[in-house]
Formats: sequence, C-alpha cells, structure tokens
Amino acid sequence: MTIEEKLAQDAFKNDEASHITLDQSICKDCRERFCIYSCPAHLYSLNEETDQMQVEFAGCLECGTCMITCIYGSVTWNYPRGGFGVQYRYG
Amino acid sequence: MEKIDVVIVGGGLAGLSCAYSLAGEDLTVLVLERGDSSGSKNVTGGRIYLGPIRDLMPDLWEGAPFERHVAKEALTLMAEGSSTTIQLSSQKMNQRPYPSYTVLRSKFDRWFADKVTEKGAYVVPEKRVDDLILENGRVVGVKTGEEEIGAEVVVAADGVLSFLAEKAGLRKPFEPQHFAIGFKEVIQLPRKKIEDRFGLSGDEGTAHLFVGSLTKGVMGGGFLYTNLESISLGMVIGIDAINKREPREEVHPILDEFKESPDVRKLIEGGTLVEYSAHLIPEGGINVMPKLYADGILIVGDAAGFGLNMLITVRGMEYAVASGIMAAEAIKEAKKKGDFSARPLAHYEDLLRNSFLLKELETFRHVLSVLKNPRWFNHYPQAVCDLYEKLMRIDENPKPRLFSTAYGELRKSILNLQGIKDILSLRRI
Repeated sequence: MTIEEKLAQDAFKNDEASHITLDQSICKDCRERFCIYSCPAHLYSLNEETDQMQVEFAGCLECGTCMITCIYGSVTWNYPRGGFGVQYRYG
Repeated sequence: MEKIDVVIVGGGLAGLSCAYSLAGEDLTVLVLERGDSSGSKNVTGGRIYLGPIRDLMPDLWEGAPFERHVAKEALTLMAEGSSTTIQLSSQKMNQRPYPSYTVLRSKFDRWFADKVTEKGAYVVPEKRVDDLILENGRVVGVKTGEEEIGAEVVVAADGVLSFLAEKAGLRKPFEPQHFAIGFKEVIQLPRKKIEDRFGLSGDEGTAHLFVGSLTKGVMGGGFLYTNLESISLGMVIGIDAINKREPREEVHPILDEFKESPDVRKLIEGGTLVEYSAHLIPEGGINVMPKLYADGILIVGDAAGFGLNMLITVRGMEYAVASGIMAAEAIKEAKKKGDFSARPLAHYEDLLRNSFLLKELETFRHVLSVLKNPRWFNHYPQAVCDLYEKLMRIDENPKPRLFSTAYGELRKSILNLQGIKDILSLRRI
C-alpha cells in the first residue's frame, strides 16, 4: 500500500491556504533535507525543474515533525485554522 | 477587558481533566478546541494506565469508552532472521479494577468532552488560539481569529508543540533529540478474529512492544495494541535518530517493512487499514521541562513535555490527566485568594513535585541518554536471539554443555568491556 493510499483513508478538511511555509533562501543551502526523510506523510520533495523544496499541505497529519527536524529554521508551521486539517476518527 | 475565570486551550486529556475538576465549582470555565470535536486531533499508541489517576476522578471512569483492558503483555526482540518473544499473562492484570486499557482517542476524548459539558464547563470546538494577550507581562487572555477572550488564568493544554508556552516565554527552543515521532495504522478486524488470534476472551486485550532490527539500529520500537474491533500498529522513532542514520532513508516505509515482518504479518492478516496517523512524543523529560507557570498561565500535559518512553512502557496520558487536575487544584486555591499571579499558581508545581508525575520524571531523568545507545537496538536483540537459537539447536554434532554454550555466547556479546559498560549504564535508570 502506498503512502498516498494510506492518506486517502484519512478524513481531511483542507483550507485554501497552506499552514506550512518554507524559506527557500534557507532551503537552497540545505544538503541534508531532514524534512524529506522524517515526514511520515511523505509531503516534502525537491522540485527538480525549479530546484526548490516543496511541501504539499493537504495530507498533513499535523505532527509538526518537520518544524523540529529542520534545525535551520526554514519551516514555519502553524496549526490549520479551527475546524480545518486532519480529522482523526480513531486516533 | 471583561474576563471569565479560566480559559483552557486544548480539549485533549490534560485540558478536559482540568475543566472537569473545575466545573461545578464557582468558576466559569471555557475550553477551546481547534478540531471539529475533542479527540479529532489526538493520537495515542495507545494505552492508558489508570493506576496513578483512578482516584483523582473516581466518578468519571464508569462507562468510559475504553477499548480493552490489557490482560497480556508481550515483548519481542527482533534480529536479522530471528526474533525472541516473551509474554506475560497475569491474573492481576485481569482483575477489576483493571490497571490499564487500550484506547482510541477520537472516541474517548469526545465522550470526555460531553462529561465536562454535563458538569457545567463549556467546550467550544473549531477554535484555534492564535496568541496570548499580555498586559504588563501578565497573561490576561487569548486571541482566536478576530476574537479576544479575557481570562483570569489561561491553561496551556495545547499539546506537544505548545505554541502558547513559547509565546509566554516559558520554554526553550525545540531540539530534535528531545522528540520522537509516533506513526501508526488502525487496522480493522472482526472482534471474533482478534480474540481468536490473540487468545483473548471478552474485553481482554494485548499490549505488544517490539524492539530491535525493525528500527534499523536506531532508537525506537514498534507497538501493537488490540482494540475491540481493530488493531493499533505503529512505531516510535527518535527524530535525531532519523536525522543521523546512515544510509539515509525515509521514515514512513519502515512501518511497511515492520508490517511485513513474520512477527507481525500474520497478526494483521485480512485486516483493513482505516486510518493512518502521526503525532510527536515529548522525550526530553524533566531536563527540558518548561517553566510551568507565570502570571495568569499554567502549562499542562504534553505542552509541559510530560511523557516518559522507557521502551517497555510508554507513558503520557496519565500524566496529562494528573497535571490537568493539579492545575485545577492550584486554580481553585488562587480563586479563593482572588489572586492569579505566579505566586499562588506556583502551588501547581508543588503538587506535581509531591506526586508520582515529577517523582517519576526525576527518577528517570537519564532514560534518554541511556537509551540513545544504538547497541540496545541492534547488538543486544541479536545477541539474545543468537543465544536462544544456539541453546535450542540440535544438529549433526554432539551437543555441548548448555553452560558452555551460554557462557561462550555471553562472553562474545555481553561479558566484555563494552557490554559491561552498557549494563552499568542501566543503573542510571
């Protein structure tokens, strides 16, 4: 089962704006890409055309790992607005 | 600004326990929850130990929607090509009052929020708190969207990431080594199948932990808890361990490999994945505990970093409940004095220090530094499996004495300078 298929089982109410933003000026000098390796929902990737890091906020499980794993401080992360984001039915 | 008595930010176990204790007293209590309902943003492994908290809310537990009481404990040491499992079935664990239960938070917290409401506090969902309101350095309320809500005291029960503790200047910046990521699947199976497969009857349940090769030599482990009609299967891995491990590898497929392992595959066979979730776990313990109170604010539960992962037991929910209740006690005292400044609120920390909570965190303050040793996760599980296999092996050669087999293996893997150092390090926990 792919990670996308797993996430498809979850209930999300996605807001229009992302609750995660990246500072590309920091990302461009990053070699480790901790975010890619530690996001449990596989939402981080390098856009090879633009050579920029990108994050897909729809599908975020709201753990906040990326904010902590990025020791360079590129990830600005807030909770989605009230009522938006993942809605766990089991938890 | 008009003020109500208490605004609790976060309707999880800590916030709801605080509200439950305050409701019905002569206080107005408002709980703000960012999810659709309480529980919709919460994740546990999960198991809750009632022993330390049962008497703190004696009237609450009857009828609580737990899943199963844990009647069996299992621990599997996983190695390359082999594994060793020990299992405990105990009559004590199977007698009322049951010491621990498996639980699903979405169901449990929603029920708890209803109980809190019945008792007279207000739980308002879909409210994200964006900021604290400060007046002369004192917390006097919160901002949620365009709305400002004044409060005599704010309880930060906003979870492991506690932005409120940060905004109040009470905690240090986060560091990866103080957090682990937990991620899990809820796998649905018919009730009868779960009971047959795990040898359970009625509401008996199993708690099964896994340590060893599944985390590929880094700090962490796996867990399996039986619910009434599902299995919670997941892993916990230190963030720093993910960052430092070589070769680099994404974390999420490690759970798939764990699911495919012979120890797990058959246990979840035929099940249907119904949810995939993730949550951070505070592991820094008392060493990185924030300041727990200031003028007009208290910090409870995960927000205060109250968690303790010792591999064989994973704790946190009972700390959330206990700290919420102790915060409520301090607030009641402050109300009597009509003073919600730091001085009366300091009573909260006194209560914690005299309770199991901070006593345990103090006792186990070195657990993280002991457990980050990777040999616990690669070398020793392998050594135990190898020893067991050698003891059990009958082949074409005459079998040597069991003692010399065991001694030889132990000398090779444990009774050497490194092994003795590692064993001695355990004295610190």
